[in-house]
Amino acid sequence: MTILGLMIPLSLGMGLFGLGAFFWSMRTRQYEDLDGAANRILIDEDNPGPEGA
Amino acid sequence: MNAPAPALRPALAAGPERMLDSRFTVPGIRCAGCIGKIERGLSALPGVESARVNLTAKRVAVSHAAFLDEDILIEELRKLGFEAGRAVDNPLARDDGETKRLVRALAVAGFGMMNVMLFSVSVWSGTDAVTRELFHWISALIAIPVVVYSGRPFFASAWMALRHGRTNMDVPITIGVVLATAMSLHETVTGGEHAYFDGAVMLLFFLLAGRTLDAMMRGRARSGIAALLGRMGRGAQVLGEDGGTRYVEAEKLEPGMVMLVAAGEALAADGVVEEGSTTIDASMLTGESDPQAAGPGDRVHAGMVNLGNPVEVRVTAAAQDTALADIARLMDHAGPSRSRYVQIADRAARLYAPAVHTLALLSFCGWMLAGAGVYKALTIATAVLIITCPCALGLAVPAAQVVAAGTLMRRGLLIKDGSALERLAEVDDVLLDKTGTLTLGEPRPMTLALLGPTSKGIALGLAQASRHPLSRGLMRALREDGVQPADVTDLHETAGTGIRGRFEGRDVALVRPAATGGAAGTELAVDLVIEGARTRIAFGDPLRPDVPATLDALRAQGLTVSIASGDRTEAVAALARTLNLFAAAAMRPADKLALLERRAAAGRKVLMVGDGLNDGPALAGAHVSLAPGSASDVSQQAADAVFVGERLMPLALAIKVARATMRVVRQNFATAVLYNVLAVPLAIMGHVTPLVAALAMSGSSVLVVGNSLRLARAAGPKEGREQA
Repeated sequence: MTILGLMIPLSLGMGLFGLGAFFWSMRTRQYEDLDGAANRILIDEDNPGPEGA
Repeated sequence: MNAPAPALRPALAAGPERMLDSRFTVPGIRCAGCIGKIERGLSALPGVESARVNLTAKRVAVSHAAFLDEDILIEELRKLGFEAGRAVDNPLARDDGETKRLVRALAVAGFGMMNVMLFSVSVWSGTDAVTRELFHWISALIAIPVVVYSGRPFFASAWMALRHGRTNMDVPITIGVVLATAMSLHETVTGGEHAYFDGAVMLLFFLLAGRTLDAMMRGRARSGIAALLGRMGRGAQVLGEDGGTRYVEAEKLEPGMVMLVAAGEALAADGVVEEGSTTIDASMLTGESDPQAAGPGDRVHAGMVNLGNPVEVRVTAAAQDTALADIARLMDHAGPSRSRYVQIADRAARLYAPAVHTLALLSFCGWMLAGAGVYKALTIATAVLIITCPCALGLAVPAAQVVAAGTLMRRGLLIKDGSALERLAEVDDVLLDKTGTLTLGEPRPMTLALLGPTSKGIALGLAQASRHPLSRGLMRALREDGVQPADVTDLHETAGTGIRGRFEGRDVALVRPAATGGAAGTELAVDLVIEGARTRIAFGDPLRPDVPATLDALRAQGLTVSIASGDRTEAVAALARTLNLFAAAAMRPADKLALLERRAAAGRKVLMVGDGLNDGPALAGAHVSLAPGSASDVSQQAADAVFVGERLMPLALAIKVARATMRVVRQNFATAVLYNVLAVPLAIMGHVTPLVAALAMSGSSVLVVGNSLRLARAAGPKEGREQA
């Protein structure tokens, strides 16, 4: 059962990583313009501006 | 609006090249092409540092040097082919932060639920006592912070309700979650067999999902409506003492100032015309569709639109003293009747919460009397609370309403909140405004058939270069016909006269008709001139294309339909006869409100549909109200839902979908009750283990969400059957 000592921290760590990634994506406003992100890929020469509009 | 960018570019902000951030609403952004065009077009301007389009909110944020003011940027956007308006801080967008808090709480609850479940599944599969204890401890370490963080929206709301001596859905939720967590902690410390950490966290997760859906539905509709707002007289160009002009916001206008009102612009204050004569569209205030002439000495009111020449208007009343503000006061007076409406979830909670608490208390007392001991009795009472916790109930209403609102949004109807759907389903009487509701509310050419294909191309080439209301109407009608614009060059527009240009070596123009005799006085028309040959294009305010079909659909749903208009009796009577409707004409805002109150007193649930400011009080006072997307800002804010586009059919569709939604909500409630009838006896008898609780909870939630998803088809196939 010593494997539990490895697996439990690992699974918790992965969960926390996912949670952290989600919080980060919210803080960097990646959900503010979902339709825009889907459409921007169709623009020929992308024009990188500052994040968030 | 013109907020300097603080922390973003400290180096630039310190220097003389101070950058300003401006935001514009651009309702016309639809595709990738538009994004590229706007961002590239604006970025190419000298003085613009960057431009960023938000397609979802239909906004553009521009970071620019101080010498470019907002009017220049709006003009540049127009040259790129997009109508733009200043974005103002919208009172509708306030609760954006609430959605974000809920999403964060949901994410944390989701994390907690999955991880606790990992340990719970191992415990249920059978572990020896030592491992079980270890797993319970780890579960406790995860679950307790999660409950504290994610439970706050419920705890706060339950506390508020209790402090005011009321009870709501959140009271049983809070008691259930807190008791379950406390019992499980006790179980963990004493090395017991059953911990309900997974149940408590899962409950929070499902309930938060319901809350978040609800908040997102409101947020999406509001941002859609916000994109439509901001086109009306929010300010004016004021003539300064030195002869220059400056832009003054509507609230800061003062009596005595002289406003320059351009053609097509809405007045921001009441006043008297000082110089120039023009025609004024007063339909926003009176519902009267024919433009009126206005010359020096004539009184004009805020909200009226200048159709003809630029005029100078001396302000006599501004801000709180305008005729517009009187209407706002009427609306304030009419509003509260609606806020007394109790949503179905809260009505259910009033019955549900006391029943659940009595049941839990009775099972506790019962087991005590049976001599089971405090600990066992408390465990069973907790199990009863967890099982009866309104998990499915908390999802039943928002899930159904969110799916329905999404369906309606795809058909061009933005619903502001769930309560609007509930009230819409109860409607049995429909009151329609005429101008702007049954009709399009903007001038459209009526005699296009007289033009040949080349003439049409030339007319479009000219019209699209002008922002006069008649040109815009002409442009829209020609584009709908699929006319390709001719390449007209040397365009120049003279305000009040028309627009001229050259096409293939010929002089072409769109001009106001020469005043020939008395008939042309107030008649709306333009002349298309090609090498001196004049063709008259007459304008009118046509009915929306699907009015008869919509009326039939409404009658088929058992609704009484009638017209209440502020327009002249003759104009309304003619329309009422054509459509075979009962109509009341020449109604002032207060009359419409009084009519509504009479009908409400007679026990009718009235749906009011209107667009003008004169409909505002009626929209605020009706049981439920709708406004077209072309309506005034005030009306859109007063209405429960806004429909966009030229068709009236979303109106009939809204009622149909609302009724279907309430059917699904009732089925969901029935599911929840049925589940309780099956599970509660088990809980009272003490047979509910954490495993049973988890299965029952997720099972009923999945059932409820699945049932709600059926509403995605409630509106019928696109261009649905009800048109037949």
